Amino acid sequence: MISSLEDRGKSEIALMVNGEPKVVRAFPMERLLDVLRQQLGLTGAKEGCGEGECGSCSVLMDDALVNSCLVPILQAEGAAIVTIEGLAAGEQLETLQEAFLECGGSQCGICTPGMILAAFHLLNKNPRPTLQEVKEGLSGNLCRCTGYVQIFEAVARAAERGTTSS
Amino acid sequence: MRSDPRDYELVAPGSLQMAVELLAGSPREWLPIAGGTDIMVQYAAGKLPSRKLVSIWNLAELRHMEVLANEIRVGAGCTYTDIREHEVIGREFPLLARAACWTGGIANQNRGTIGGNIGNASPAADSLPALLAYDAELILVSVRGERRLSYAGFHTDYKKTKLAPDELIQSVCLPREFSGYVCHARKVGSRSAQAIAKVGIAALGRLAGTRVEDVRIALGSVAPVPLRLSETERVVRGNAIDESLVALASKTAMAEIRPIDDIRSTAKYRAAVAGNLVAEFLALLNADGRKA
Repeated sequence: MISSLEDRGKSEIALMVNGEPKVVRAFPMERLLDVLRQQLGLTGAKEGCGEGECGSCSVLMDDALVNSCLVPILQAEGAAIVTIEGLAAGEQLETLQEAFLECGGSQCGICTPGMILAAFHLLNKNPRPTLQEVKEGLSGNLCRCTGYVQIFEAVARAAERGTTSS
Repeated sequence: MRSDPRDYELVAPGSLQMAVELLAGSPREWLPIAGGTDIMVQYAAGKLPSRKLVSIWNLAELRHMEVLANEIRVGAGCTYTDIREHEVIGREFPLLARAACWTGGIANQNRGTIGGNIGNASPAADSLPALLAYDAELILVSVRGERRLSYAGFHTDYKKTKLAPDELIQSVCLPREFSGYVCHARKVGSRSAQAIAKVGIAALGRLAGTRVEDVRIALGSVAPVPLRLSETERVVRGNAIDESLVALASKTAMAEIRPIDDIRSTAKYRAAVAGNLVAEFLALLNADGRKA
């Protein structure tokens, strides 16, 4: 394939996304968020503020919660990325997703993918968090609908049941 | 306006040596980027001072902690999460561990680094007053070698540092001599996560009998650089803490700082809070210091 002028300056970057090996061609300073949404069609991660304040673009990078709007794609080379699309197994929702549905932890839905990944990250590190620890674990994820109470309930319910995967 | 990734270069040398060689080749041209929690925000706003970036994220030489008999060396590439989860730091340097806990949110703690916090040189940086209180030293590295200097004085003015254009911050050295000190850290802001501090304090002290034997008070967001309150410390040191000393210390602190009005707060509010934080610390030192 002849690379177009558009492609000049792009690099081939290999990474794992939701358990599958991917190779993307991207400018090194492209944001992980844009590569996920535009090249890989994974639109679960949302752009809210674009400056690391709101958490709606949260994904896991090598098991660590990160704001994908602040990650240049070159720094994700070789990393294992998990997005919200990677949590459910087909129709089988992850425990946290079920709990968010049951408790009304999601309303408009913009914060939800990031909120669930932040909760997932928290429960992986601390399977039985106190309410204070839940609040701290989700403190970088802003929700303008729920008032957070239903979200905290959902995380507590998922913690009681134990998350299914990690 | 948002930056266009086509206009920017980003390289990721595999080692610290290669990174400093790159800087040495054309200093001032390359901008180091670690976890990107500051740099990517400036990038999004189209405000980066350079279009050539060198990634130092996850370099093994920068992301490790060394516990020596007399000091702990925290690699500049250690994240706030690395710091808050480190057992010895939690035990011996609680002011730093606590500041790491209220820097940004969890996602920013997983990416933001202590070296980045120092290099970015914001007077509002959460972790920097703790470094002043603990008398931290920095090791800087370049192809010319390493040099070690006191962290106090590293920031020469608003967003200005003593770092040479070809240097990187390699590690932060914390002397292990503060066990038995009473410590106090507090961030006053709109909320503890994400929000940038209106005023922050990191303070340490020790009594001998009823008198203050040693005291160190540092504040953030009250001057162009993170500030150690030397004058206030001088007023307090050697004296017993009573109401009149607390009043004098608060007054001295308010006179010693140089706060400004900005988007987050006012100079007047900051001065009042600074005085109150000093008073709060001295009350704590007086109560807990006698038990120690």
